[in-house]
Amino acid sequence: MADIRCDIAGVKSPNPFWLASAPPTDKEYNVVRAFKAGWGGVVWKTLGEDPPIVNVSSRYGAMTYNGTRMAGFNNIELITDRPLDVNLREIKQVKRDWPDRAMVVSLMVPCEEENWRNILKQVEETEADAVELNFGCPHGMSERGMGSAVGQVPEYIEMVTRWCKKHSRMPVFVKLTPNVTNVLGPARAAKAGGADAVSLINTINSIMSVDLDIMAPTPTVGGKGSHGGYCGPAVKPIAMHMVAEIARDPECAGLPISGIGGISDWRDAAEFMSLGAGSVQVCTAAMHKGFKIVEDMIDGLGYWMDGKGHATLEDFRGAAVPNVTDWQYLDINYETVAKIDQDLCIQCGLCHIACEDTSHQAIAAQKDNGSRRYEVIDAECVGCNLCMHVCPVEGCISMVEVDNGKDYMNWTQDPRNPMNQKAAE
Amino acid sequence: MGNQPDIAAGRLTDSDYAENFSDVHPPLDRKAALIEASRCYFCYDAPCIEACPTGIDIPSFIRKISTDNVRGAAQDILDENVMGGACARVCPTEVLCQEACVRNTQEHKPVQIGLLQRYATDAVMDDAAHPFQRAEPTGKRVAVVGAGPAGLSCAHRLAMHGHDVVVFEAKAKAGGLNEYGIAAYKVPEDFAHREVDFILEIGGIEIRNGQALGRDIALADLRRDYDAVFLGMGLGGVRALGLEGEDLGGVYNAVDFIADLRQSDNLASLPVGRKVVVIGGGNTAIDIAVQTKRLGAEDVTLVYRRGPEAMSATGHEQEFAQVNGVKIKHWAQPRQIRGAHDHVTDVVFEYTQLDDNGRLGGTGDAFSVPADMVFKAIGQEMLPLPQANGGSELLEMDGACIAVNDERQTSLPDVWAGGDCVAVSEDLTVAAVQDGKLAAESINRFLRS
Ligand SMILES: Cc1cc2nc3c(=O)[nH]c(=O)nc-3n(C[C@H](O)[C@H](O)[C@H](O)COP(=O)(O)OP(=O)(O)OC[C@H]3O[C@@H](n4cnc5c(N)ncnc54)[C@H](O)[C@@H]3O)c2cc1C
Ligand SMILES: Cc1cc2nc3c(=O)[nH]c(=O)nc-3n(C[C@H](O)[C@H](O)[C@H](O)COP(=O)(O)O)c2cc1C
Ligand code: SF4
Ligand code: SF4
Ligand code: SF4
Repeated sequence: MADIRCDIAGVKSPNPFWLASAPPTDKEYNVVRAFKAGWGGVVWKTLGEDPPIVNVSSRYGAMTYNGTRMAGFNNIELITDRPLDVNLREIKQVKRDWPDRAMVVSLMVPCEEENWRNILKQVEETEADAVELNFGCPHGMSERGMGSAVGQVPEYIEMVTRWCKKHSRMPVFVKLTPNVTNVLGPARAAKAGGADAVSLINTINSIMSVDLDIMAPTPTVGGKGSHGGYCGPAVKPIAMHMVAEIARDPECAGLPISGIGGISDWRDAAEFMSLGAGSVQVCTAAMHKGFKIVEDMIDGLGYWMDGKGHATLEDFRGAAVPNVTDWQYLDINYETVAKIDQDLCIQCGLCHIACEDTSHQAIAAQKDNGSRRYEVIDAECVGCNLCMHVCPVEGCISMVEVDNGKDYMNWTQDPRNPMNQKAAE
Repeated sequence: MGNQPDIAAGRLTDSDYAENFSDVHPPLDRKAALIEASRCYFCYDAPCIEACPTGIDIPSFIRKISTDNVRGAAQDILDENVMGGACARVCPTEVLCQEACVRNTQEHKPVQIGLLQRYATDAVMDDAAHPFQRAEPTGKRVAVVGAGPAGLSCAHRLAMHGHDVVVFEAKAKAGGLNEYGIAAYKVPEDFAHREVDFILEIGGIEIRNGQALGRDIALADLRRDYDAVFLGMGLGGVRALGLEGEDLGGVYNAVDFIADLRQSDNLASLPVGRKVVVIGGGNTAIDIAVQTKRLGAEDVTLVYRRGPEAMSATGHEQEFAQVNGVKIKHWAQPRQIRGAHDHVTDVVFEYTQLDDNGRLGGTGDAFSVPADMVFKAIGQEMLPLPQANGGSELLEMDGACIAVNDERQTSLPDVWAGGDCVAVSEDLTVAAVQDGKLAAESINRFLRS
């Protein structure tokens, strides 16, 4: 089978599947179970200075969508609530017992050089492989001037990263928050500060639901709720966009990425890697199903790579990046129309009503003595894909490319672009 | 002679009776209902709606179940079918809504519309607030004959439109065959009675029990005293076999036995034969066969003169009978019921076949099936028309049933009819409810014009 050994910013692991800094990596007991199950590495639950923080009771919220539990997940937990020396002792022991696994230690301390220098020295003694700076936590810690309060200010990111590089020989991963308008600011700042890699995304500010009986957001703590960090399958598209933006940014060129956000299986992982991620980190999926899911990730990725002829992760890492472009460079002349396979169609009419009510009136509903037939009107179809997405039958509606004889032309070249008309005048 | 009929009560233990006559299809709990509801695609122009005789907006009510809007779901159902609770239990969905469900096409597994309908209606039936309000009183009065599904559906809709309704019912209880005919395990826990109470909650409906048209009252009087009349008498008569031995002891009309069973409050006291023969191929035949089996009969043989496709019982029901241990014999017709000491001993059947012209005939070969009890279930028919007793004009008939137009209006301009007693009826509860509803809408237009 394909070789899925992973090397990112000098940190090596037998596979690219790491557990993200979170409850699954909170202590020796969990991490040893994870390594036994086959995880390639962990980012230890974020350490802070003593005295340890205190957590509230009732901490997680979840979004069940159409019967799918934990389609989205959120939490209002803070960083580790255990004393620093206990964590450090356990980290050292686990790294000694599992030398081939990646051991990355997540950190968050107040924004003073001295504080960072202090904790880095202690972590170094554990012989951990790297540190990850938690600039992402969006709740609680940010109110204390840490976490995303730092991650939202590029100057702070650069400054703290620089301190860390100065006071440690360990590779430094900077974990980015998605609670910004443009992730490139923080990513470029991390690079400028000397970061060896970035990890993203941390969780997204969110209110999961409102309990309509007690009129409070969930998770509810004694009748009140607070915004929490959103994660799980629902955030994957947001995370992948941010990963891709960094991967294709010339200023960030060469900056390794550890991809995080809604990764539940090997396919999700392969998608992140094709967008440039060197390793991937998982939290919600493990919290939902336990550590055993890594088995499918490992052999699923291996079999897929075999099928595609990829011998190592580098063979496809970033392969999709050149195809991520700006809208203005898309081919305006490219044309598709929907095609319904009448043999598969079950006559539910969903394609018709979707197109009729909300799109382009391009699917005719025909009724011929009681039997229904749904037919695409090619001339009206704009190729938006909506019907294909709503159709409940896999493969029943496909979008077929139309050979219209037209050459590639993008918006910057299009005479309909007002900017071009101005230039021509 | 060792040929004493073996008919006995109390063949089973109390717990067997309880189990055999409890709900055949247990209700869905919330979790199961949500999962099942999520299977519905919310089709556009949904074929299931078209296949429901009362036209319930099925995708709409299922979507409401999936959002925990159970009241809204029930309202969607009851708006079209005030007996949505009974129909959820007794409709042969496999040939109605569920047959049309688009999920059959790929997966052969329709959305369980009946069970979802029950989930929604059960939730509101016990609710304090009746989900309908009456319109301003019109001062008009309508007489309804028969408190079965057709009559009650008509009465409820009329009451809703602000008219006052008097229902004349021959029997001691309202509900029609829901109360006296439907298989016990389809409507356990006195459901029929509870549903009647639910329907009457709307107000403006008075039921007069023990009042039979043709015996205690006359159509002419009703037409004189009321602004309109609806006839929903169902089929009071039972077809005879016309065979030698039909009047022997141990030979019963299936519907009479079922009525006794339905009214019994102690099933252990109902005598049932060890060997039972059922003659017929419809709902009633299946129901009597299964219910006698469940009362403890050892051998139950159902004999039908044609093949399985020709039976009016659906394939699903035939299978249900077989799963219950009923032996179904096709292609045989009864020739003679034999007996000793005035009691049946066996039934002689002749094999049948179709001739070249597709006509059914006997082959000449015969066999006999021993029986302690024989049930006739070859169909019900309408009792002779009541207007003989006072009606001056004759209702136009269509065959043995009352002729009606699309609005369920009879040949008399102020008389409507619906349910099993009209010619267009499909002899289903749901069809009777629809007839009553259509007639009520027509009567309302008539009274307001
Ligand atoms: C054994 C059996 C099982 C069945 N199982 C099913 C089933 O599982 N599913 C299904 O959909 N359908 C079933 N049916 C059919 C269904 O019960 C009928 O189609 C439905 O009840 C017809 O309703 P109705 O109101 O027209 O008549 P009925 O239900 O027969 O009601 C007529 C009412 O009128 C009263 N009445 C009669 N004559 C007079 C009179 N002269 N004066 C005053 N009142 C009178 C009767 O007492 C009765 O209350 C079954 C029928 C039988 C016989
Ligand atoms: C196809 C599509 C096009 C959209 N275009 C616009 C737009 O032009 N302007 C805008 O303000 N929002 C636009 N939106 C966002 C929607 O208004 C809405 O804010 C968003 O879809 C979130 O709502 P929902 O996911 O609950 O439907 C668009 C959404 C979709 C799906
Ligand atoms: S692709 Fe869009 S426009 Fe074309 S038929 Fe489908 S929904 Fe309509
Ligand atoms: S959505 Fe798909 S299955 Fe449904 S009618 Fe359209 S093509 Fe057929
Ligand atoms: S046909 Fe089936 S899937 Fe479609 S609306 Fe009806 S129940 Fe739902």
